Amino acid sequence: MSGILNSSIGRKFAMALSAFFLMIFVLQHFAINLLSVLSPDTFNEVSHFMGTFWVVQFVIQPILIIGVIFHFVMGFVLEIKNKKANGVNYVRNNGAANSTWMSRNMIWSGGFILVFLVIHFIDFWFPEMNTKYIVGDMSGLHNGEFRYFHELQEKFVPIWRVALYSLGFVFLALHLLHGFDSAFQSVGANNKYTKGLKGFGKAYAIVIPVGFIFIALFHHFNH
Amino acid sequence: MNLTLKIWRQKDSNTKGQMVDYKVTDISEHMSFLEMMDVLNEQLVNSGEEPVAFDHDCREGICGMCSMYINGEAHGPDRGVTTCQLHMRMFNDGDTITIEPFRAAAFPVIKDLVVDRMSFERIQQAGGYISVNTSGNTQDANSIPISKHAADEAMDAATCIGCGACVASCKNSSAMLFVGAKVSQYALLPQGQVEAAERVQNMVAQMDLEGFGNCTNTGACEVECPKGISLENIARMNREYLSANLKG
Repeated sequence: MSGILNSSIGRKFAMALSAFFLMIFVLQHFAINLLSVLSPDTFNEVSHFMGTFWVVQFVIQPILIIGVIFHFVMGFVLEIKNKKANGVNYVRNNGAANSTWMSRNMIWSGGFILVFLVIHFIDFWFPEMNTKYIVGDMSGLHNGEFRYFHELQEKFVPIWRVALYSLGFVFLALHLLHGFDSAFQSVGANNKYTKGLKGFGKAYAIVIPVGFIFIALFHHFNH
Repeated sequence: MNLTLKIWRQKDSNTKGQMVDYKVTDISEHMSFLEMMDVLNEQLVNSGEEPVAFDHDCREGICGMCSMYINGEAHGPDRGVTTCQLHMRMFNDGDTITIEPFRAAAFPVIKDLVVDRMSFERIQQAGGYISVNTSGNTQDANSIPISKHAADEAMDAATCIGCGACVASCKNSSAMLFVGAKVSQYALLPQGQVEAAERVQNMVAQMDLEGFGNCTNTGACEVECPKGISLENIARMNREYLSANLKG
């Protein structure tokens, strides 16, 4: 097994597995966020459940954090290794003739997503961890009501934050436009279903980030 | 047509190279790219200069020797052709054409446009073969039933001529299309399945040892491959490799 993990194919496989996990996480995150538009009460209840259920907090959340760190670290490690394999750069290289911008710039879109994630953690995750595990308030209440929906709306009042989040999701879309079907190729899934899968991947890569942007804009204009 | 050529000149593997400009005149659009290079070299020899070193052999797209990176693409702007099959009609009178060697740490420049592609040979030696008793009583290959579909797919993979355009085009200098093709051409046939697990493990290990990069599925290799080798071969290699390792 150590041979697999040290091989180029093993690293691709590990990247793909962490990508699948993150894509599923993004989908469920989007589904819960969408509830804030459709039904604030349900959003509050689901948020409270996710924020207090021990399996989510102490099993899934650590796995998620490890998955995120692994995906970023491995991405940068592979980039360094690939640069080393390149040798001398071409004087003239017409990359656009044979590949998409997204596929050639995964490290840049990924890097910007990392910056966005740091901001996102400072905005939401760190305050949440502070309230629950440092202050010790697990009630999820503020002035006798669930605080989650109110906190979410407050965050999207400043237009600069909405713009920043929208930009973050544009980079997520660019990353997913190549990453979705690339992950399937890496695990060896290239067959008669690939064409359909690519279409689904493109839809996923556009609908989910646009949906997140819509939610941010919705709360900005409906505060 | 009259052309300006910007060509990578490098005396040997230890010397730093640079781009040098040349003018060629009266080039026929019916010439192949290599014939145009022959005209340039004749011109250089007549003027007492060192001709440009470049690889070539069969000049009919079979041997995989020609290896130039022309105007930012392996084997030039045409599709499904090697440099020797590239015709000057793809260019316009007055064009400036940039000609560089294939670039990859695993393909060091020997001289000018000639690169050392022995790393491919070493990968082949690591497992790109089947063990057959050739002592005189060899079984007729046609006596083993093979489905049409498998035979076609194996043949498609076997058309890889090992030119290295996949590596040259890849932003990561990955050799996975080449190795994927070589693994596939045997894995698809009953004769190759006996050593399939060992083959893929050894060839991938050698590929990594040679210093080729990691595939990030940009698909540039497939587009630039003169033989149209499909990315499906990389996916098959990935499956073969993972399966071989998980089975132990």
